[in-house]
Amino acid sequence: MTDHTEIPGTVIFDGAQAMKGYALNRMCYSFNDAANRQAFIADEDAYCAQYGLNTQQREAIRARNVLQLIAAGGNAYYLAKFAGIFGLDMQDIGAQQTGLTKAEFQAKLLAANDQPRRSI
Amino acid sequence: MARIIGGITTSHVPAIGRAIAKGLQQDPYWKPFFDAYAPVRQWLGEVKPDVAIVLYNDHGLNFFLDKMPTFAVGAAPEYRNADEGWGIPTLPAFQGDPALSWHLIEQLTGEEFDLTTCQEMKVDHAFTLPMALLWPDQKWPVRVVPVCINTVQAPLPSAARCLKLGQALERAVASWPGDERVLVLGTGGLSHQLDGERAGFINKDFDLRFMDSLVDSPAWATQYNTHQLVELAGTQGVELLMWLATRGALGSQVQELHRNYHIPISNTASGLMLLEPVA
Repeated sequence: MTDHTEIPGTVIFDGAQAMKGYALNRMCYSFNDAANRQAFIADEDAYCAQYGLNTQQREAIRARNVLQLIAAGGNAYYLAKFAGIFGLDMQDIGAQQTGLTKAEFQAKLLAANDQPRRSI
Repeated sequence: MARIIGGITTSHVPAIGRAIAKGLQQDPYWKPFFDAYAPVRQWLGEVKPDVAIVLYNDHGLNFFLDKMPTFAVGAAPEYRNADEGWGIPTLPAFQGDPALSWHLIEQLTGEEFDLTTCQEMKVDHAFTLPMALLWPDQKWPVRVVPVCINTVQAPLPSAARCLKLGQALERAVASWPGDERVLVLGTGGLSHQLDGERAGFINKDFDLRFMDSLVDSPAWATQYNTHQLVELAGTQGVELLMWLATRGALGSQVQELHRNYHIPISNTASGLMLLEPVA
C-alpha cells in the first residue's frame, strides 16, 4: 500500500487501517455522546455487538489495551474517546503503550528538554 | 480592502480545556504555558481584528471516517462546540461570517483548491481552546471562518500544498471589498505522538528549527513529505501543517513579535508564535 520506510513503534492510519478499524472507530466516535458512554457501561457486550466489532476488536476493548486496539484498526483520536470513559488521560495511555508507569512516562516527556541541538 | 494583520500559531491539547475548566492557569505545571499568551493578548488588544480565519484539524467531533475532507471551510452563521467524549464544559458559540466564507470558498476554488463547504460545522478543542487562550473571557470579539485540514487519515495534504493554501487565502482576503482586519490563527503541533510504542516522542531540535524557518524560510518544511514529517515530529506533530498554512497567508516577509516553546503540556511540545506581515 505504501513504499515508505517503516517508523518504529508507529502505525500510520491510512486507507488500510481505516477500513480495518471502521466498526471500532465508529463505536468510539459514538462516545462523543454521554448517553452512549452510559449505554456502553451499562451493557458492554450489547453495545459492541450493536457496532459489529470483530473478535480482535472486541477482545482489545475488553482488555482496555491501546496497542491491541491500534492493531485492530483503532485511530488515536477516536480511541481517546474510549479512554475518556475510564477517566484516562493521554499520559495514562502513553504509559500503557510504552510499558512505563505514569510517573516514568512523565519523566520521559520532561527529559525531552535536555535533547541537544544538532548541526545541519 | 480587507487585509491580514497577523498570524498566531499555537498548540492545542484537550488537557488545556481541563486546566481552564479547573482554573489551573497559575498552577506551577501550567503557568509557563498560560503566561506565554499575555503578550499575544496585548497585541490583539492593540490591533483589534474583526475576523479570525482559524486553520485547525478536527479530531472526530464534526467529521467521522465516513466522509473525510482534505480541506473543509465553514460557511455557517454560527459554530458550536460540543462534548468530545470527556464531558468537560463546552465553550460559547462563535459567530460566523457566511458572506466572507463564501468569498473565500469562491476564490480558493478558483485557485484549484477543491474544498468541502460546511453550512453546519461543530468545532472541537483544536478550534475552541486556542480562541480561549487568546480571549480568556470567552466573549469572542471576532467573527470566524473555520478552515479544517485533515490530519486524521492518510494521505494528508503535503506541506507544500498547505503553504500554498495559505498563500491563496491571503490573495482571497485581499480581494474582499470589506475593510476587515483579519487574523489568521493556526493550531496544532508541535512535535508529539500519542499512539504506539513510540508514544511520548518529542523532537526539540526539529521544532526549534521549524519555528525559525517560519520567520526566514517558510518553504523549509516542504522538503519533507508527510510521512517524513511524521517521522520527524510524530504522528500528531504533523499538525504543523496548520502552521505552514498560516505562514503562507502572511506574505513573503514577516516580523516575529513573540514566541514560546515549552515541553511538555500533556504529551506535547507546545509552541506559540506571533508573526506580523512586513508590508
